[in-house]
Amino acid sequence: MAEFQLPRHSRIGKGKTFKAPAGATNVKVFRVYRWSPDDDSNPTIDLFEVDLDSCGPMVLDAIIKIKNEIDPTLTFRRSCREGICGSCAMNIDGTNTLACTKPIAEIRGDVKINPLPHLPVVKDIVPDLSHFYAQYATIKPWIRTQSTTPPDRERLQSKQDREKLDGLYECILCACCSTSCPSYWWNGDRYLGPAILLQAYRWLADSRDEATGERLDDLEDPFRLYRCHTIMNCTKTCPKGLNPAKAIAETKKMLMTRRGI
Amino acid sequence: MKQKQRPLSPFMIGPYYKPQLTSLMSITHRATGVFLSVVGAPLLLWWLIAVSSGPDAYMAMQTSLGGWLGSLVIIASVFCLSFHFLNGIRHLVWDTGTALEIEKAYALGWVVLAGSLVLTILLSGALL
Repeated sequence: MAEFQLPRHSRIGKGKTFKAPAGATNVKVFRVYRWSPDDDSNPTIDLFEVDLDSCGPMVLDAIIKIKNEIDPTLTFRRSCREGICGSCAMNIDGTNTLACTKPIAEIRGDVKINPLPHLPVVKDIVPDLSHFYAQYATIKPWIRTQSTTPPDRERLQSKQDREKLDGLYECILCACCSTSCPSYWWNGDRYLGPAILLQAYRWLADSRDEATGERLDDLEDPFRLYRCHTIMNCTKTCPKGLNPAKAIAETKKMLMTRRGI
Repeated sequence: MKQKQRPLSPFMIGPYYKPQLTSLMSITHRATGVFLSVVGAPLLLWWLIAVSSGPDAYMAMQTSLGGWLGSLVIIASVFCLSFHFLNGIRHLVWDTGTALEIEKAYALGWVVLAGSLVLTILLSGALL
């Protein structure tokens, strides 16, 4: 159901301000969402003044600097720092993206950092993605075949068939797209969301997979697939430049074709 | 140990999620659809009944819709119809799997917005 405000215990209050060290000339303010399970207070927004003269170029560099030099309790996920692991997905300046590939210079004014939208918060900018991963498991994201495996070689694929996976296999499941989707905010319990549907289409589009029929059966559902209303926030926000909206449209087309429409 | 109730991360379009053409046009499509079924369609029904009931009923309708409020309702209905119609075509194009790249989706979005304003002006001019 559509909801337009946060539940009482999730409302955000004013937090602490951490001033820049004296003498800093190139100061940028980072407004970061904070919540800790260790006390009973509501979430707050803390203000960190960061001296950009001694900071790397990306938003993740600033967050790491804050943790190292200002407040070691700041909690976030990060790993590869080059846009391939998807760990540091968060809402930066009002859109979901990867902190490691988002230049600070692209942001005018204060840098607003929040956890990925409409998820339970574990701590600070770390959201609980268990449901998202469980949904991924439901689409059986592996090759499913009926024919016997060739004894002396791999299952081969023509160059043309391999090209059909371009724009799909690059998805790193960072959840930026799914958590940008109003439909997923409001029906995420049953709607699979753009990331999982793009992954589902990745297997529908694979010439080596032999479970297309079953996969389509599983998707043909008013909620799982058809809660997509082509809002396109997903494609707009994807930090890898992929197009989940297109993958979903192609899936809907496959279902129509199967029905003979 | 009892697990503490986790807060829901903020999501609202505006203060927390940047308003974008993508989501705004989707919301407007819904809002115009609702307006058309709650106001537009009854208005059309009223008009049809008035026309078929004879000159007196028609005149009564004309006078009650003649004021500035009546004009406002008519212009709003015409805008909703224009927007919903043109954006509906945009959605039909998307359903064929075309123009789903973000640049094309935006370009078509602006065309729909401009087109619905032009249509509103033309139709309102003809009606009022």
